[in-house]
Amino acid sequence: MSIDMYAEEIISHYEHPHNKGKINDPSVLFHELNPVCGDDITVYLNIKDGAVSEAKFSGEGCAISIGAASMLTDELRGKKISDVSAMGPKDVIKMLGIDPGPARLKCATLSLVAVQKAIKTYKG
Amino acid sequence: MPGLDAEKVRRDFPIFRIKVNGKPFVYLDSAATSQKPKQVINAISRYYKTYNANIHRGVYQISEKATEAYEESKRKVASLINAASLEEIVYTRNTTESINLVALSWAEQNIAKNDRILISELEHHSNIVPWLMLAKRKGAIVDYIKLDAKLCKFDDASVEKGLEKNPKLVAVSHCSNVLGTIIDVKSVAKKAHVVGAKVLIDGAQSVPHMRVDVKEIDADFFAFSGHKMLGPAGIGVLYAKKSLLEEMPPVLGGGDMIRSVEHFGFTANELPWKFEAGTANIEGGIGLGAAVDCLKKLGMDNIRAHERALTKYALERIAGVGGVDVCGLPVNHVDNRVGVIAFEILGVHAHDVASVFDSEGIAVRAGHHCAMPLVVETLHKPALSRMSFYVYNTESDIDRAMDAIRKVKSIFKIKDSARARV
Repeated sequence: MSIDMYAEEIISHYEHPHNKGKINDPSVLFHELNPVCGDDITVYLNIKDGAVSEAKFSGEGCAISIGAASMLTDELRGKKISDVSAMGPKDVIKMLGIDPGPARLKCATLSLVAVQKAIKTYKG
Repeated sequence: MPGLDAEKVRRDFPIFRIKVNGKPFVYLDSAATSQKPKQVINAISRYYKTYNANIHRGVYQISEKATEAYEESKRKVASLINAASLEEIVYTRNTTESINLVALSWAEQNIAKNDRILISELEHHSNIVPWLMLAKRKGAIVDYIKLDAKLCKFDDASVEKGLEKNPKLVAVSHCSNVLGTIIDVKSVAKKAHVVGAKVLIDGAQSVPHMRVDVKEIDADFFAFSGHKMLGPAGIGVLYAKKSLLEEMPPVLGGGDMIRSVEHFGFTANELPWKFEAGTANIEGGIGLGAAVDCLKKLGMDNIRAHERALTKYALERIAGVGGVDVCGLPVNHVDNRVGVIAFEILGVHAHDVASVFDSEGIAVRAGHHCAMPLVVETLHKPALSRMSFYVYNTESDIDRAMDAIRKVKSIFKIKDSARARV
């Protein structure tokens, strides 16, 4: 891993996560688990005209998974769901500003995986 | 340190020449797998370079030499744990496969519907899942010996209560891979035998670290892994009493496990070979033999004394750092714990702890340590960090770990007064 994996911005998101909580009656929600480390995240999306109008998450996890979920839910607002589905690990690394390395990539991408599965469920 | 000079021992382990993140490598994850000394690396390499051949077949010289080295390794293992002979030493891939072999052979024959299997709350998945699978196949029932989570040991009443149900098998760990607690398996075996149960001991965390005598324990089955005791991965051991092995049917069929084969029948080979179908892990056996030589040379009692002293040192040091919760027996009970310390830096996820340690060149384990029922259901933790010691660790490794804990606390702004969330 890079020495400065715990950049101030990630720690700040971890300590004060954005969009933490539930959406009542969301367009779709999805629960995702990282059984290796016990990270546990549920994402809630409201989708309007093919774009994310609101995104929230709940759950527990490490600084990387919670920090990433906080940043991702910020970034999703207004984004077309087709664009979200096309996102990959590289976009998450860019968003975090650090490369967590192969061992922690699962933590970093947990919320994205959950969001993409939610969109898949939404589309049916 | 009495009897064992870890600084000198380290020189036999080439891996300690590497650097991680620019820092000298500190390895505190021997409960997962041990590092390998040059004696083991050389033994395997010598086999490949000078007498690589299949065993139990060739009449040519190097095949005989390979056969002898493989069989000799079993005699060494038998002597290490005080088994009667190599007939009682079956090679498997690892502890998990050894336990599964008992489940698929002895238990398959001897466990019926509504029979009970008694295990404990501190087991590794390898001593839980094979029994859950067996229970599903047979309609049998798995019961748990309750753990006194505060004392980190079995509740005696719970052992007796479990035995009142007359289990056919009692399967417990010798040492917990999370708490480090050494279980009095001799006492468990004695009680279990009174009700007629067979006893299986998971010795993955004991055989590498202390003198183990399967006869004194009176274990019917005893399982352990080569890779945690300086040997290579892919070679494990099932010890079982000869009388049991004789009754047990083979699980895998093929070459080497037979004495003769006809079109419509076969005669199984003698012990222990009837359980080892196909070409064996020859280099694994030879490497394990070399590992046993190393352990014997160091002396199992010296190894135990060294690790006991390191554990005491670490527990005392960690107690001086605030905001850290340590699992397992307290320092005044260090006689009853092996060199495994699971801990939680309050408010920080175990994976973040391990990542910061890694940035300091220190390898520690994070997660549920393949013991989810213990960590999640009994201790109520999502995950734990764990440091574990072996023959090559020194007090300076522990000092480095304490510095890493301070770094974690500084990054995550954890105060010394932090308390566990209830």
